[in-house]
Amino acid sequence: MNPERIELIVDGTPASLDAPPAMPLLWALRHGLGHTGPKFGCGMALCGACTVFVDGKPVRACVTPVGSVTGQAVTTIEGLDDPVGAAVQAAWAAASVPQCGYCQAGQVMGAVALLRATTRPSDAQIDDAMRGHLCRCGAYPRIRAAIHAAAERLATAGADD
Amino acid sequence: MIGADGVVTVVSPKAEMGQGITTALAMLVAEELECRWEDVRVAPSPIDRIYGNIAVVVDGLPFHPDADGPLVRSMRWLTAKTMRELGVMMTGGSSSVRDCWEIAREAGATARVALLEAAAARAGVAVSECRASQGRVIIGEQSFGYGELAADAATRRPGRVTLKEPAAFTIIGRDLARLDAAEKARGAPLFGLDVRIDGMKYAAVVMAPTFGAVPTQVDTAPAPGVHAVFTLEPTGFGDPAAVVAVADTWWHAREALRTRGITWSESPHAGLSSEAILADLREAAREPSGLPFRSVGDTEEILAQATRVIEATYEAPYLAHATMEPMNATVRVTDGTAECWVGTQVPGFARKAVAQVLDFDEGRVTIHQRALGGGFGRRLDVDFIAQAAAIAKRVPGVAVQLLWSREDDMRHDAYRPAAVGHLSAALGDAAQPIRAIASHSASQAPFKSYSRRVGFALTAAGPDKTTAEGTWDQPYAFGAIRSTHAERDVPVPVGSWRSVGHSHQAFFVESFLDECALAAGRDPLAFRLAMLEAHPRAAAVLRLAAERAGWRADGTVVDGVAQGLALHWSFGSLVAQVAEVERGGPDGFRVRRIVSAVDCGLPVHPAGVRQQVEGSVVMGLTAALRGAVTVTGGAVVQGNFHEYPLLRIDECPIIETHLVASDAVPTGIGEPALPPVAPAVANAIARLTGVRLRTLPLRLPAEARV
Repeated sequence: MNPERIELIVDGTPASLDAPPAMPLLWALRHGLGHTGPKFGCGMALCGACTVFVDGKPVRACVTPVGSVTGQAVTTIEGLDDPVGAAVQAAWAAASVPQCGYCQAGQVMGAVALLRATTRPSDAQIDDAMRGHLCRCGAYPRIRAAIHAAAERLATAGADD
Repeated sequence: MIGADGVVTVVSPKAEMGQGITTALAMLVAEELECRWEDVRVAPSPIDRIYGNIAVVVDGLPFHPDADGPLVRSMRWLTAKTMRELGVMMTGGSSSVRDCWEIAREAGATARVALLEAAAARAGVAVSECRASQGRVIIGEQSFGYGELAADAATRRPGRVTLKEPAAFTIIGRDLARLDAAEKARGAPLFGLDVRIDGMKYAAVVMAPTFGAVPTQVDTAPAPGVHAVFTLEPTGFGDPAAVVAVADTWWHAREALRTRGITWSESPHAGLSSEAILADLREAAREPSGLPFRSVGDTEEILAQATRVIEATYEAPYLAHATMEPMNATVRVTDGTAECWVGTQVPGFARKAVAQVLDFDEGRVTIHQRALGGGFGRRLDVDFIAQAAAIAKRVPGVAVQLLWSREDDMRHDAYRPAAVGHLSAALGDAAQPIRAIASHSASQAPFKSYSRRVGFALTAAGPDKTTAEGTWDQPYAFGAIRSTHAERDVPVPVGSWRSVGHSHQAFFVESFLDECALAAGRDPLAFRLAMLEAHPRAAAVLRLAAERAGWRADGTVVDGVAQGLALHWSFGSLVAQVAEVERGGPDGFRVRRIVSAVDCGLPVHPAGVRQQVEGSVVMGLTAALRGAVTVTGGAVVQGNFHEYPLLRIDECPIIETHLVASDAVPTGIGEPALPPVAPAVANAIARLTGVRLRTLPLRLPAEARV
């Protein structure tokens, strides 16, 4: 439980805090560094609400010890600033995906990770990539539709370049 | 409120918990205000009894929804009057649009007339020469923006206003995007959990591991980063005894509790188990001695004389709400005043709870309403809010955010009660398919239990309509009906779970009607329609669902797909569903498609209505296929999503929703599409496999899974 100085880069900005290395990244972000985008849902990597990127790869911040990401680049939903993120968020708003919205930060991060890896995912690929993200309000049909819409938008934008 | 910049802020007394009321309420106001939709914002209202919810309590009266005699009308009127005076600000019971349908439009119209008056005064013309459009008042060639008229308009008090006829609507009925969608997609800090106050601390708790246990030994020594460790007695609002740690981060608080030994007393209910509770409920449902909710005709006599009697017993387990945002509240107690930041369905009860815990006048307590990360009835309770107040009392001057872990949340819920229903029917002929039906059910009383926890005297005694709702209040014409409910007292906390009694009673009744239809050798659609001649709206939704789904009257399995049908009437709205089920997967079956037809009166925000139907179908499927909270040794077994799984995206079927066009007064939509899901699926499984499943969640026996 002894605190150590931990340095990392959050949303492009160097950040540091004194925390036990075993402390989950989620609490380092939310209670140490003031980032409320990633949400707490389960603490066991079962729901996906806390999803952030570490060096571009999606991880569940609730089970990732902050000591294991020292010096690495962490991206929260607050720091999503690429065209994929923008397309996903625009598609989310246009399709009115969120209901209560609590899981949506994680859902959006999951969708961005999927579209960065797979530009035109099938329904099966969407299901496969998003099955780790729970939504109690039942936004699933709209999540599927919005991911297709975002992919379409990105493909069109890419073709225009 | 209209600002000098022309921005219209609708002050909403209704909590946004995902149901989209923010958008629907703003549409009602904007329709009459004639402002530009892009200028509309919504902010939560303060607590005031003018915002008291009337529809939800009038709905709670045990009258058949078709009943409209003078006595029934006067009871409804008297209750509505009492409710206005008591002023319970409650978001629940699928009541928000119903409750605000008139008043929100009147608010918009009144503001519009005030703006017209202000413009007329400025231009020196009669009000009749002014008209409002798109956020401006137009007078001939001249026009004024609402922003420049707002200050003057605010001083005016127009008299009676005339509301538009539906044909003139330009906003109501449109598929607008939700007002809160973009900020939610950005992960904005909207929720109780996201509240940040300078110098705040975080609290974690370990609550009684068994019902009624108390901590007998705790090491309360401080630790690095940990401000205080102490024990807490129950506040009386439903929270159990607890050990609390207050620390710099929630994780420090959790670790401080995890690593210290806590000894608990033996539970006075250590022998309590689901098996024993269900055995008692089964016995109670067999005895027709419960409280009668409806008795028309000589049901028992007809059943005793009948040659063909169908009989079946159905069961449903306890269910947890499992909102994605676990329970949390932030409270600061300073110099005889308190502030509380929380997402709640009942800000008035929340304020009362905080005030009582702190022994303050309610006037010294301020509730700051936050967005709710899911409600579904869980945030009608104030146990966690009272607990947060009791914790904050111990560290005065410091804002303390109490957060429950997922396990705390799941093991200390106010559950949907476990229930058993025993139904029997005397079959008739084509004209009168059921000569008599008897429904005897047994369960705890969720709304009465809730009312006692929050201290709501009006519904803390007397019959609890939510126990038997869904059995006796349906649109079918039976030759005779007797519906009773045996209320049981069990030390498992129960409360309102999305659609409350309807959620399991619809499974019992609609499964049973299917069994009756099949026993009579009839098409389940035709069988039901024959009992709906006096209820054309119900017949119409049933026909619409059947038509859109391509209902097969002969019940054949085509391309491996079987269909099942269900109809249910709740919260004023009618929903019919056709479920399609096929073989496959670990369960031995898979739900392929759910087609819903909905009559909820005039759909104020059709896209929002469809979204609520989608959400209800998914939550209904979780309950139908997965959901079960069990009790062993006086404790809830399930703690997290591996033990209480929710439907995931890869299990989500195709969901199609069809709305009946209507000019009727809008009725509820947050809940009515949930109850028919389980019976529609069970009825389809019976067609697919020949196995009739009468217990939720629906699990095929191993030999039937092929």
